[in-house]
Amino acid sequence: MSDYNFAYLDEQTKRMIRRAILKGLAIPGYQVPFASREMPMPYGWGTGGVQVSAATLTPDDTLKVIDQGADDTTNAVSIRKFFERTAGVATTEETGEADVIQTRHRIPEAALREDQILVYQVPIPEPLRFLEPRETETRKMHALEEYGLMHVKLYEDISQHGAIATSYAYPVKVEGRYVMDPSPIPKFDNPKMEMAAIQLFGAGREQRIYAVPPYTKIVSLDFEDYPFEASKADHACDLCGSEHSYLDEVILDDKGGRMFVCSDTDYCRSRRAEGYVGRLGTENELEASA
Amino acid sequence: MIELNNVSKSFTLHNQGSAVIPVMEGANLKVAPGECVGLVGASGAGKSTLMRLIYGNYLAASGQILIGDVDVAKAEPREILELRRKTLGYVSQFLRVVPRVATLDVVAEPLLAVGEDQAVARDKAASLLAQLNIPERLWGLSPTTFSGGEQQRVNIARGFAHDYPAMLLDEPTASLDAQNRATVLGLINSAKARGAAIVGIFHDEAAREEVCDRFIDVTGYSPQVAA
Amino acid sequence: MTPLLQVRDIRKTYGSFVGCTDVSFDLYPGEVMGIVGESGSGKSTLLNCLAGHLPPDQGEVVFDTLADGPVDTVTMSEPERRMLSRTDWAFVHQHARDGLRMSVSAGGNIGERLMAVGDRHYGNIRERAVDWLGRVEIKEERVDDRPTAFSGGMQQRLQIARNLVTGPRLVFMDEPTGGLDVSVQARLLDLLRGLVREMGLSAIIVTHDLAVVRLLADRLMVMKDGHVVETGLTDQVLDDPQHAYTQLLVSSVLQV
Repeated sequence: MSDYNFAYLDEQTKRMIRRAILKGLAIPGYQVPFASREMPMPYGWGTGGVQVSAATLTPDDTLKVIDQGADDTTNAVSIRKFFERTAGVATTEETGEADVIQTRHRIPEAALREDQILVYQVPIPEPLRFLEPRETETRKMHALEEYGLMHVKLYEDISQHGAIATSYAYPVKVEGRYVMDPSPIPKFDNPKMEMAAIQLFGAGREQRIYAVPPYTKIVSLDFEDYPFEASKADHACDLCGSEHSYLDEVILDDKGGRMFVCSDTDYCRSRRAEGYVGRLGTENELEASA
Repeated sequence: MIELNNVSKSFTLHNQGSAVIPVMEGANLKVAPGECVGLVGASGAGKSTLMRLIYGNYLAASGQILIGDVDVAKAEPREILELRRKTLGYVSQFLRVVPRVATLDVVAEPLLAVGEDQAVARDKAASLLAQLNIPERLWGLSPTTFSGGEQQRVNIARGFAHDYPAMLLDEPTASLDAQNRATVLGLINSAKARGAAIVGIFHDEAAREEVCDRFIDVTGYSPQVAA
Repeated sequence: MTPLLQVRDIRKTYGSFVGCTDVSFDLYPGEVMGIVGESGSGKSTLLNCLAGHLPPDQGEVVFDTLADGPVDTVTMSEPERRMLSRTDWAFVHQHARDGLRMSVSAGGNIGERLMAVGDRHYGNIRERAVDWLGRVEIKEERVDDRPTAFSGGMQQRLQIARNLVTGPRLVFMDEPTGGLDVSVQARLLDLLRGLVREMGLSAIIVTHDLAVVRLLADRLMVMKDGHVVETGLTDQVLDDPQHAYTQLLVSSVLQV
C-alpha cells in the first residue's frame, strides 16, 4: 500500500462523485455536473473516468483498463498502474474477471454481466455542442427535449457523404428521453449499450457525469430512409478469425501490406486460446510469445 | 353607394409653428350605383383632397364618409383595407408598385387579392393590357421603366381589373392619345353599366361630358378664408 | 373574426429607462403591420417582447393558437412558447447570421424546423428544402452549400425560407431589408409580398425605412421614446400624418 487515501481521492470527494453517479443512474442519459478534481494526469487522459472509477472501486474489486479495446497501450497501462499504486486493487486483462472496467473508446466484445461496471472516459459529453456552442441553450434543449438539431447533424452527413458518415460518438436516445453522446466508441458498439452491466460516463475537464442503468433502452438516432447501421471493417480478424468483432487495421510494410486484428485484445487472445486461427495467425503463437 | 355628409378636413403642421390649415368644410356628396359624378373646381380647390378623403388616404376631421355601410371616417384600418380590396377602387395619376414585378402581375394583383385564381387573373390582366395597347413584349417587364403614358395605362388596367362597386378616378384620361382615351372611356361606361358608383376628376372636358352624369364644384366646400 | 394577436398594455423597462410602454393593438389574420421609429424608439424592444425573446414587465400578448384558441404567450410555459416559435411563429432577423446556422448547409438550415417538429425522413426533408430554395429564388444546386458562401441577399432569402418552411401564421421581422443593396431590397420585398399573399401570413415588421413599410405593410405604428404616437393605415399615416413626430419623420425622407 502507500500513503495515498484509497484510490487517491479523499472520502468527501468520492462521496460527492457517488451522489452524482446515483443521480445520473436515476435520470438515465442526463448530464450531472460535478466538482471535477485535479488529477495527477493531464486532461484528455481520462481524468473523468479515473474519478468515477476511484469513487466506484472497493478494496475487493478487480480492475481492468482498456484503451481502444487494448489492455497494453500507454493510457491503459498508466491508469491500471495508477490504481494498483493508489488503491492496491487487483487488476486483470480478462473481461470476465473484472468487476470494474474503465474504457476509452470501446465496449468489450464479450457480453458484460449484472455484477460488472463499465466506466467510460468522455472528452466532450454534450452531443449538441458542435452545432450549438451555448451551454445555456443546450441545457434548455435537453430540458425541453428539443432534439431537432441532432438530426441536422445527421442530415449534413447524408447530404455531404451520401450516408450517415458519423462512425464514432454516434448520438443515442436513452430510454426515450435524453439524447446522449456515448463517448467516442465506434457506432459498431452502440447496440451493445443495451447491456446487463451498469455504464458510467465521466468527463473530467467538462465536469459532467452521466449514466445508463442495466437493460436501458438505447436507440441510435437515424432517418426512416437512412436507418442506423452498426458498421465495421468488412474482414475477419487475421489472428483469431472472428467475423463479428470490431477490427483495427494494421499497416505491415510500405508495399500495401496490411492486416486486420480485433481491437479487443483480450477477446482475440481468448479466442486463439480456444483454438481459433485467422488468416495470418499460427497455432502455437501464444506459446511462442509467452 | 358613396355618401359624404358634412365632411371637413384640416392639416395641422406641427413642425411649422403648429399652423392649422383648414382645407375643406361641409362637403356633401351622394353617388348612386351606375352614376358617375365629376368633381370640378380650380386647381387647389380640393378635388384630390376629397378623393383622398373618400379613399381613406386622408383622415377626415369630422363628418361621415359612407361607402356602402362602412364609414371611412371612423373605420378601423382593417375595415378600410377590406373595403379597398373588394369594394372601392382607385385609379390615381401615379403608379406606385414594387420595382421588378412584371406588368402582368401588377395588373393581376387586385384580382389575386380577392382570391381569384392565378390563371383567370392573368387572363383578365392580359386582355386589359391588350385593350389599352400595351405591347405584349412589355408585359414581362416592370412598369417602373415605362414612359409616363404607358405607366398611366398600366395603372388604369390595374384599376379596372376587379369589378369594384365603387370607383375613384383621378385624371384617368390625362396624357392619353385619342385611341387609348376612347378605350378608357369605354371601360368607365361599362363600369357604370354594371352598376359601379364613380367619382372622377377629369380636366379633359370632352371626356368629362361623355361619362359624367352630373358635376359637383368643390369650391363650395372651401373654408371661408376670412374666418 | 378573432384577432390572430391581441396585444394589451405591454411595458418593458431597463432599470429606470423605458423600453416601451402602453402598447396595445390587435392584428388580424392576413394583416401586415409595420412598426417605424428611429433607433432607440423601442420598436425592437417591443418586437422582442411580442416574439417571446424578452419578458415584458407587464401586459398580455394573446395569440390565437390552433389547438386551444387565444392564449397569453407571456404567461404560457416556456416549452409551449418555444414550440410556438418554431411552428406557428417565425422570426426574421436583420442580420442573416443571427437567424441562420452558418456552419450548416442551406438544406440543413431549411430542414431544421422540419426535424424539430419530428420529420425523420431524409428524402422528404430534402425535397421540401429544395422546393423552398426555389421559392426564394436560390438555385437547387446550392442546397449543400453553406450560407457563408452566399451573398447578403441570398442569406436573407435563405433565412426567410428556413422560417417559412413549417407554414407559420405569424412572422416577426426585424429590419428584414437593412444592410442590403437597394436592388436586392426590391427583390426581397417582392418575394415577401408574394409569400404574404400566397400563404395568408400575418406579419409585424420593424423598420426605419418608410419605403419598405409603404410597400409591405397594411397598417403602421409609429413609435417615439417607447410610446406609440400614431397608428393607422400605412398610406394614411404617411400621406396625412397627424402627430408632430410622424410629420417630421415623413418630411425628413430624402426624395430620389
